Amino acid sequence: MAAVSGLMRRPLEQVSGLLRRRFHRTAPAALQVTVREAINQGMDEELERDEKVFLLGEEVAQYDGAYKVSRGLWKKYGDKRIIDTPISEMGFAGIAVGAAMAGLRPICEFMTFNFSMQAIDQVINSAAKTYYMSGGHQPVPIVFRGPNGASAGVAAQHSQCFAAWYGHCPGLKVVSPWNSEDAKGLIKSAIRDNNPVVVLENELMYGVPFEFPSEAQSKDFLIPIGKAKIERQGTHITVVSHSRPVGHCLEAATVLSKEGIECEVINMRTIRPMDIETIEASVMKTNHLITVEGGWPQFGVGAEVCARIMEGPAFNFLDAPAVRVTGADVPMPYAKILEDNSVPQVKDIIFAIKKTLNI
Amino acid sequence: MAVAAAAARVWGSSRGLGQAGLLLLRRPGARGLARSLPQRQVQQHFPSLDDKPQFPGASAEFVDKLEFIQPNVISGIPVYRVMDRQGQIINPSEDPHLPQEKVLKFYKSMTLLNTMDRILYESQRQGRISFYMTNYGEEGTHVGSAAALDNTDLVFGQYREAAVGAAYAAKRANANRVVICYFGEGAASEGDAHAGFNFAATLECPIIFFCRNNGYAISTPTSEQYRGDGIAARGPGYGIMSIRVDGNDVFAVYNATKEARRRAVAENQPFLIEAMTYRIGHHSTSDDSSAYRSVDEVNYWDKQDHPISRLRHYLQSRGWWDEEQEKAWRKQSRKKVMEAFEQAERKPKPSPSLLFSDVYQEMPAQLRKQQEALARHLQTYGEHYPLDHFEK
Repeated sequence: MAAVSGLMRRPLEQVSGLLRRRFHRTAPAALQVTVREAINQGMDEELERDEKVFLLGEEVAQYDGAYKVSRGLWKKYGDKRIIDTPISEMGFAGIAVGAAMAGLRPICEFMTFNFSMQAIDQVINSAAKTYYMSGGHQPVPIVFRGPNGASAGVAAQHSQCFAAWYGHCPGLKVVSPWNSEDAKGLIKSAIRDNNPVVVLENELMYGVPFEFPSEAQSKDFLIPIGKAKIERQGTHITVVSHSRPVGHCLEAATVLSKEGIECEVINMRTIRPMDIETIEASVMKTNHLITVEGGWPQFGVGAEVCARIMEGPAFNFLDAPAVRVTGADVPMPYAKILEDNSVPQVKDIIFAIKKTLNI
Repeated sequence: MAVAAAAARVWGSSRGLGQAGLLLLRRPGARGLARSLPQRQVQQHFPSLDDKPQFPGASAEFVDKLEFIQPNVISGIPVYRVMDRQGQIINPSEDPHLPQEKVLKFYKSMTLLNTMDRILYESQRQGRISFYMTNYGEEGTHVGSAAALDNTDLVFGQYREAAVGAAYAAKRANANRVVICYFGEGAASEGDAHAGFNFAATLECPIIFFCRNNGYAISTPTSEQYRGDGIAARGPGYGIMSIRVDGNDVFAVYNATKEARRRAVAENQPFLIEAMTYRIGHHSTSDDSSAYRSVDEVNYWDKQDHPISRLRHYLQSRGWWDEEQEKAWRKQSRKKVMEAFEQAERKPKPSPSLLFSDVYQEMPAQLRKQQEALARHLQTYGEHYPLDHFEK
């Protein structure tokens, strides 16, 4: 019975895998999906599901998106649902907010979040605060999405991480996917959420393929906003991260495992509202904590995690002060060798872990 | 009463109400002005009030017919040019009559730029540099405008509002400098272009806004970027002297920029020049424009209306250039670019002590400590680092 319903859910290519399973009881061939494809799928499914959903931004239509994330969507949905805008972030973000107030469900794409600074008044004052200021009468069901943080060789004005900036604001929800499953589940949840949600993607992750579990292939696959995921169980130290650095943390964990150090790697998935409970439970188990992020150290995501741990029950379980691994406190350099050394590398994570464990 | 007097001070003196108006507003006990005014007194003191609007916000005549102003995009602001597409001067009085060496300098700058573009684009494809944007088709706008400026003038490539601020500072310093700010027709959609124009006009700044309208912002064509008559038509809306020029005519660009510069500095007012041109190349090395425009369209501009070809025809018709010189110069310019490239690749990297400078003007204490720690480290372990690739 389960096999038959499985047949209904899965695309045709999966059938042979399914048959294999029935006869040999082995798992079907894993589906590899890149982060870009996952976001594309998520948006496609939500555009199909709800007529009120639409995408606007620069180059999103015929060009398929500056980073090809909206590939094929304009061809499928046309001018009314996929809209190219003039170069005015303040303009189209404001327009998107207005559309959301009037009952539509816009996805507002910033070519990178650096350009969202042109529109930040619209994101914060028009989107984030309106529900509160209207006494609960005026919701703003909008999604702001785009690549965030460091890329490769795009220098100071195009490499900033905005997790701390947007995470600071009540009224906004802020998510930061790492892999394909995160990307699809979070974008779908963001679109269905009636609050303004900022989705911080990562350009360097767009082309990275990940194994896509079968649940993620469903059109109703959602990842709840506000829940972190333990990517790797461990006993010696809790390593908390979001976005691309999660991958580096897992690499560091693999290296350290050979030395007998077992790291518990937590993928935050959501910046705001932060799932501090998962982090607390982990710290109460491991007694050690480091945070890893691409953004600048001062007033950053790691700083918030550390402050909350200190304020909660997990503080008494710490055997050492928590350490933050962050981007270097400089505007991002252009020279490649400097850029490479301005973002946390695996060796920096290993160094911080060993320092915290006093090894 | 006090309010009326205050109002008179604010409005009366600057809005041309005149003495009679001031007297009227100050009349004691006046609660409703209309009621307390005898008819004869109105006619005596304000004969022109019936004929002209007195609104502070606009200076115009009355009209009694309902008519909307139609935006004129079919026949918009005309395009000023000096040469035709074959490089022949149309109106001899507009020929700047520049000396031969100057015009040859124009030509060599444009072609050297073109050569450099080809070599650097290729080097990006080969992985020797990370990113590049070419100037194909727009050489006339760069060279024509730059040639019309003084060496002390300030050039902003983007940052429209900041350019206005710099112009304001130049005005206050009586510096006899103009600021020129370059931007594309796409960037003109940004809110800070609006703010920049408005501030330049209200603060009366010596600035030239130079818009390169090349038809595309990455893949977005002008038909999707704006619905009005381009960028030149926006200038008058801000009270800015504006002109549209043929950007592929280096003399038209030169003449317009030269005159704009002279007047911007002499009269402390902004100028807007919209140089119409065409982006023959891709937006950048990350773009493939065949995805959104036809090869035929690109070829038309490359073959029929190219700033370099037009200037070459002008030079050849005067006997100032020929095929042989063209061949020799192509070789020489290629050599120049390659030599400069190789020289740049051979340059040693900056000194390691510079790792810590320039985040702030004065180096903060913790950075100085790190700089000193690195110096000590290199003293002991310097042999393990490729220090000879770096300046001392």
